[in-house]
Amino acid sequence: MKVMVPVKRVVDYNVKVRVKSDGTGVETANVKMSMNPFDEIGIEEALRLKEAGAATEVIAVSCGPAACQETLRTALALGADRAILVQTDVELQPLAVAKLLKALVDKEQPKMAIVGKQAIDDDCNQTGQMLSALLGWSQATFASKVKVDGDKLTVTREVDGGLETINITLPAVITTDLRLNEPRYVTLPNIMKAKKKPLEILTPEALGVDVTPRLITLKVAEPPARKAGIKVPDVKALVDKLKNEAKVIS
Amino acid sequence: MSTLVIADHDNQVLKGATRNTIAAASMLGSDVVVLVAGSDCQAVAQSAAAVAGVSKVLLADSPHYKDGLPESLADFVVGLTGGGQFSHILASATAFGKSVAPRIAAMLDVAQVSEIISVESPDTFVRPIYAGNAFATVQSKDKIKVITVRATGFDAAAVTGGTGTVESVPAGPDSGKSVLVGRELTKSDRPELTAAKVIVSGGRGMGSAEAFKVLEPLADKLGAAMGASRAAVDAGYVPNDWQVGQTGKIVAPELYFAVGISGAIQHLAGMKDSRVIVAINKDEEAPIFSVADYGIVGDLFQVVPELVKELG
Ligand SMILES: Cc1cc2nc3c(=O)[nH]c(=O)nc-3n(C[C@H](O)[C@H](O)[C@H](O)COP(=O)(O)OP(=O)(O)OC[C@H]3O[C@@H](n4cnc5c(N)ncnc54)[C@H](O)[C@@H]3O)c2cc1C
Repeated sequence: MKVMVPVKRVVDYNVKVRVKSDGTGVETANVKMSMNPFDEIGIEEALRLKEAGAATEVIAVSCGPAACQETLRTALALGADRAILVQTDVELQPLAVAKLLKALVDKEQPKMAIVGKQAIDDDCNQTGQMLSALLGWSQATFASKVKVDGDKLTVTREVDGGLETINITLPAVITTDLRLNEPRYVTLPNIMKAKKKPLEILTPEALGVDVTPRLITLKVAEPPARKAGIKVPDVKALVDKLKNEAKVIS
Repeated sequence: MSTLVIADHDNQVLKGATRNTIAAASMLGSDVVVLVAGSDCQAVAQSAAAVAGVSKVLLADSPHYKDGLPESLADFVVGLTGGGQFSHILASATAFGKSVAPRIAAMLDVAQVSEIISVESPDTFVRPIYAGNAFATVQSKDKIKVITVRATGFDAAAVTGGTGTVESVPAGPDSGKSVLVGRELTKSDRPELTAAKVIVSGGRGMGSAEAFKVLEPLADKLGAAMGASRAAVDAGYVPNDWQVGQTGKIVAPELYFAVGISGAIQHLAGMKDSRVIVAINKDEEAPIFSVADYGIVGDLFQVVPELVKELG
């Protein structure tokens, strides 16, 4: 079984982003970029499936500008077998990405796609579900445990009230949650090896996908700032403030 | 034209977040129709019909809708849109809504607008991006707008006041694409995290599952829900559904206690709209103090018991 794992290049999770003064977006020039953390978890899960003999090949794919090659090289260094970039400078929204991924699935015929549950830049939480719908596949979102038994998958999901376990049949899309696994680190020898692994470059046009954005961003603004608070010396002062100033307890 | 709200429920009770979504739907200027798809869920349909602003409830009662699995349900909702009467389809940004809404959008070939916190006009919405460090105003020109609604952005519609009628609709086919095996739901007598007026959250500073219990008397005293940082959940101190943050639950209670939590942006994303924030941390430089209204620098194992005592 081939497994496809999409990886997105995003502003690193440690960066505190700044809104551009012209209100068109956030500052991404000279900002550290990394692989979306949920996609790292996706790569790790696919590698473990391969190591366990359940998967035969792990294909990392990315959609976006040429710089996404870096992200794909990271995926290759982690252990993915090969990579595909659908290169475009058009702003890609989740529906367009899902369509590109569907085109890649049609081409590569994987049985499973492991997709990050959300990208930490646009926080959309859509792509995996959209891909699953476009393919007419089974869907298991927010996975914290995946057990493969032939064509049958048992997936434990993180839901609002706790955990839920479902059975699905391949082919399927799984989206990763934080507790699915702890991704391995990239090692230097593996970075060297990754340079020799195949990285194919395609375009949306070649795949016959229209990626024109559907949503128009009219404005990006700073959220309202909280006014600075105070430190209180002890619990007595705290309780007094909560009762008499904030009036939030009685 | 009407707005369709997909109800989140457990076949017995309408989830609170659905009323926040109904409130958002009411701002779109057309009739609000609620879909209750489930099994033996008549009671949910009745309570949805009573919610202020609801004009009609569509009840689809069938065993294969019992567990809120997304594949059959999304197919069914897409079928409902065939007549062209819905301009908007809304779901709550809960685990359920997030799983089903994007499927519907993809099948309709429209964009989804995720986790809106404000309705500017029937086609323009505000949504947080980058862990809430920026607010994007986005406009959708799609014929049907598929939207998920962040509960903290909208005051819940009243439980009563609606005069909706309940209309049974025939269920769609069972896709059989997924089957529920079981649920391990966290049991608690405390209020639900996203509905609580007061929340007491602990982080890695709690040190262990055993030590986390030091927060219980405080939560008891305040009638609070309990929450946690990702680090505390990852370490196994508390269950996953306690996680507050960018990738956990988004909360905005009247009063939020962050105890032994440093204040990473991913955590702040989930709680910084709380009305009053209290931080207890031994590190006076901890970023949590930059959003806290009241901070105490000190060892939580000393401060928390003292606080419980002081509350009397
Ligand atoms: C993709 C991704 C998603 C994430 N999503 C979330 C999310 O949704 N929610 C979330 O919370 N995090 C999330 N995180 C993790 C986040 O980046 C931080 O790692 C996490 O919030 C830290 O948790 P913490 O504050 O409990 O731990 P730490 O940062 O380790 O802080 C512990 C604090 O406890 C204090 N402390 C220790 N002992 C005591 C004591 N005895 N008395 C008083 N204070 C004490 C310390 O001074 C310190 O400030 C995410 C990270 C990533 C990469």
